[in-house]
Amino acid sequence: MNGVHDMGGMQGFGPVQPEANEPVFHAPWEGRVLALRRAAGAWRKWNIDFGRHTIETLPPADYLRMSYYEKWFASTIKLIVGAGLVTKEEVETGRPAAGSKRETPPLTPDKVMPILKAGGPTLRETNAKPRFADGAPVRARDINPAGHTRLPRYVRGRMGTIECHHGAHVFPDTNSKFEGEKPQYLYTVRFEARELWGEGANPRDTVHLDLWEEYLDPA
Amino acid sequence: MSHDHDDHGHDHDHGASDMALRVKALETLLIEKGLVDPAALDAIVEAYETQIGPRNGARVVARAWTDPDYKARLMSDATAAIAEMGFSGAQGEHMVVVENTPDTHNLVVCTLCSCYPWPVLGLPPVWYKSSAFRSRAVIDPRGVLRDFGLALPDEVAVRVWDSTAEIRYLVLPERPSGTENMNAEQLAGLVTRDSMVGTARVTA
Repeated sequence: MNGVHDMGGMQGFGPVQPEANEPVFHAPWEGRVLALRRAAGAWRKWNIDFGRHTIETLPPADYLRMSYYEKWFASTIKLIVGAGLVTKEEVETGRPAAGSKRETPPLTPDKVMPILKAGGPTLRETNAKPRFADGAPVRARDINPAGHTRLPRYVRGRMGTIECHHGAHVFPDTNSKFEGEKPQYLYTVRFEARELWGEGANPRDTVHLDLWEEYLDPA
Repeated sequence: MSHDHDDHGHDHDHGASDMALRVKALETLLIEKGLVDPAALDAIVEAYETQIGPRNGARVVARAWTDPDYKARLMSDATAAIAEMGFSGAQGEHMVVVENTPDTHNLVVCTLCSCYPWPVLGLPPVWYKSSAFRSRAVIDPRGVLRDFGLALPDEVAVRVWDSTAEIRYLVLPERPSGTENMNAEQLAGLVTRDSMVGTARVTA
């Protein structure tokens, strides 16, 4: 999706403003949003790619205005309502619907550290051979899917070089639609800054992206 | 409800207290429905406030500086080498370490969202998630570094790593001169979060 989230190469957002001695959370509610999202995720009603797409499909003006945890909060409501864990009315009133069943939370305190330590690896076994060898020239495909993709606009149609592959990984474009993991080789592709940004770029500089096989053509 | 955090800007203050109320209302609803366990929520917050943060990454870097065998393992299989130190999991399932040298400076970004190596660096700072950083790091990395007070000579190549998949990147900064007599623990104290994202150098 050619959304506002695909920011690489945009201009006009001003300088980066680091904050000295930044706290982990700027207010307690931010930590609660992080925790609510993870705890609700333990119901396994969605995957990380669908979760990301839920943030990308926030209205563009909201996306730019909201803080990170505001976006997470808004998207968490979309996720839990969409998954049928709660109803819109329950979110609006803040109360469980009359007669609704009381569930048992899948994420108990003892499981928190084991789950955080395990994470969700995306590497999958494959019998396929990688299509591209290290050092091979490739061109990123010029595609414009309306759904979730991890091929940023700023490299589409541009030439790069395969640095290495990382084995076969879950493909976000299909996984985000619950159409299967479709694991395929994931490559680190090196692009010269001049190929992406023109002659003004430093000839020594490069930008490296991790791109799935389906995003690439031989060049 | 009271809120004792320190925000700048009145509009922001207003928005923040509104968010506190809305988040509390949602949390209460999910607890009442039995969808989440409040003690599990506490445990998640506590983990990221006290256990999962940039001191983990600093220990990895300091060990790489002092233990050549460890550094070799770190550069060839970062996920396993970092797990040796006890750090693994969510948003660090597949790790790669990129090394700064006198000729090459590495900078990590996620232009599409805010992917960041949580097990070694904790949760990302606000600037890492900002539109300014995400947009400019790939097109004007040297300008971004200047925003951090780091002016790189033209002769030093800049490698930007855009975290578009589930590979997470940790920068191995250069060990500063004058630290030859320091042990790993002392060195870890010098290693900043920003130096492991690539927006700073480590100084003694």
